[in-house]
Amino acid sequence: MQLNQGKVTEQFQYKSEVKNLSFYYGGFNALKNINMVLHDKKITALIGPSGCGKSTFLRCYNRMHDLYPGNRYDGEIILQPDGVNILASNVDPIEVRMRISMVFQKPNPFPKSIYENVAYGLRVRGIKQRAILDERVELALRNSALWDEVKDRQHDLAFNLSGGQQQRLCIARALATDPEILLFDEPTSALDPIATASIEELITDLKNKVTILIVTHNMQQAARVSDYTAYMYLGELIEFNVTDTIFIKPKNKQTEDYITGRFG
Amino acid sequence: MESVNNLDEIRKIICQHKRWDLIFMITGIFALMVAVLTFMALFAHMLFDGMPRLSWEFFTSFPSRRAESAGILSAWVGTTLVMFVTAVSAVPLGIGSGIYLEEYAPKNFITEIIEINVTNLAGIPSIIYGLLALGLFVYQLGFGQSILAAGLALALLILPVVIVATREAIRSIPITIREGAYALGATKWQTVSDHLLPYSSAGILTGIIIGLARAIGETAPIITIGALTFIAFLPPSPITSSFPYFSFEWLTAPFTVMPIQMFNWVSRPEEAFQLNAAAAGLVLVVMTLAMNGLAIYLRYRMRKNIKW
Repeated sequence: MQLNQGKVTEQFQYKSEVKNLSFYYGGFNALKNINMVLHDKKITALIGPSGCGKSTFLRCYNRMHDLYPGNRYDGEIILQPDGVNILASNVDPIEVRMRISMVFQKPNPFPKSIYENVAYGLRVRGIKQRAILDERVELALRNSALWDEVKDRQHDLAFNLSGGQQQRLCIARALATDPEILLFDEPTSALDPIATASIEELITDLKNKVTILIVTHNMQQAARVSDYTAYMYLGELIEFNVTDTIFIKPKNKQTEDYITGRFG
Repeated sequence: MESVNNLDEIRKIICQHKRWDLIFMITGIFALMVAVLTFMALFAHMLFDGMPRLSWEFFTSFPSRRAESAGILSAWVGTTLVMFVTAVSAVPLGIGSGIYLEEYAPKNFITEIIEINVTNLAGIPSIIYGLLALGLFVYQLGFGQSILAAGLALALLILPVVIVATREAIRSIPITIREGAYALGATKWQTVSDHLLPYSSAGILTGIIIGLARAIGETAPIITIGALTFIAFLPPSPITSSFPYFSFEWLTAPFTVMPIQMFNWVSRPEEAFQLNAAAAGLVLVVMTLAMNGLAIYLRYRMRKNIKW
């Protein structure tokens, strides 16, 4: 939790810093004074029992809570290199969502063609030229390891894909706009083990391209894919460290109990 | 101690309990038949009476003093034009209100009052709408006893149906689809126009058609605003031979509609006019059933590609 202290000179290596973040659903205090960092082009995992606030935290990153009335943020999430606080009230949530993409728990492709799904984020940005769209869609589909499977049927409906393919399509859709951070909200919880393995492999492949924050309640998954892990409980960040340290010798007793399965 | 699981006992009890299944089934079938057979009897009666009168001339003749040469030309043309005005005005207003209430309106007390009122509007007797239209459209706005006034009156009548259908259709879209669009940086309007509207169009269309099917049979509000019962001419054609090749004169023309023509014939003493009424009723029922059939077909077609 104290990681960012005394490291001001190395600030550039952080993609993002979370400072004293609290979040309220109406009167309910769902996140309590969270401080942590996201390392640039690394994978950070959020683990913790159900209801601990990990998804709530993730959804602060793209201001998803702004869609519903009565929600309130407190504190800052600083996005580097420009140092903007994305939670500030003068920052448009739409601008934040254009910089930070999200992949949801259940695959949620639009009832459109595979091509149009991937192209949608680009179209929202006003890109109309067919050549640019084609090129970006292909790149995104390649980066999400879906190109070979769908290149001949890009204009088929996305619903005709399998669950795992749909989730990779959603990753392609999120990647197409070159996000600075990619958020994953339990991306494999609705998938079978084989599809899960392919998504995990994909996430690992992506880490050199983009900063990743992933919520998972599968601890093995956190251990397999992430570089850093944060353990949350009841809205608080209990421990945040390099994944190996968290899983091999956690400093906090609570974390250890959760990791070893004695709790949670 | 004797076991409670005496097989003969159990079988007897099951048999007794099953008797109630049978009794209820018979009651249920009887209840259903009351509704179905009544409708079938009405329809069959109308069919026998009206069928012989149905001919090409029946559709192309104006009403007449002589039952044998009377037709429904002015009535079906009037109904078509009134329905057109109703659809053109109720559809944008209804869809717009539905989208606003569902996506844009702040969730507060005033919105809640409006929502409750919209739902209740659907239950207001149609003659009240007729009175409103008489005061507002016919006199206040000076539209007269015209196709325009009638179309707008019926539009008010079916507006709640269209609003409720729009809201239900939008609400049936999973929240994850909506969030998916927002997460890509879409604005509210982009989310509505690129996603919510296209995905809910089947439901909205069904609502519109059901609303129109209700409006087509409405008599009370049309009588209230003063539709004529005997009209032996057509409204001016919307397409003209000279520039600009279209005209809105028909909007202000006097008119009659199918149910009023029917009512007119029913109230005549001569037997022959009763047959005309049956024939006109047959046409009206077929029109309504066709609209409902179209709604079912469109729903099936448009939902084929959407599974959630």
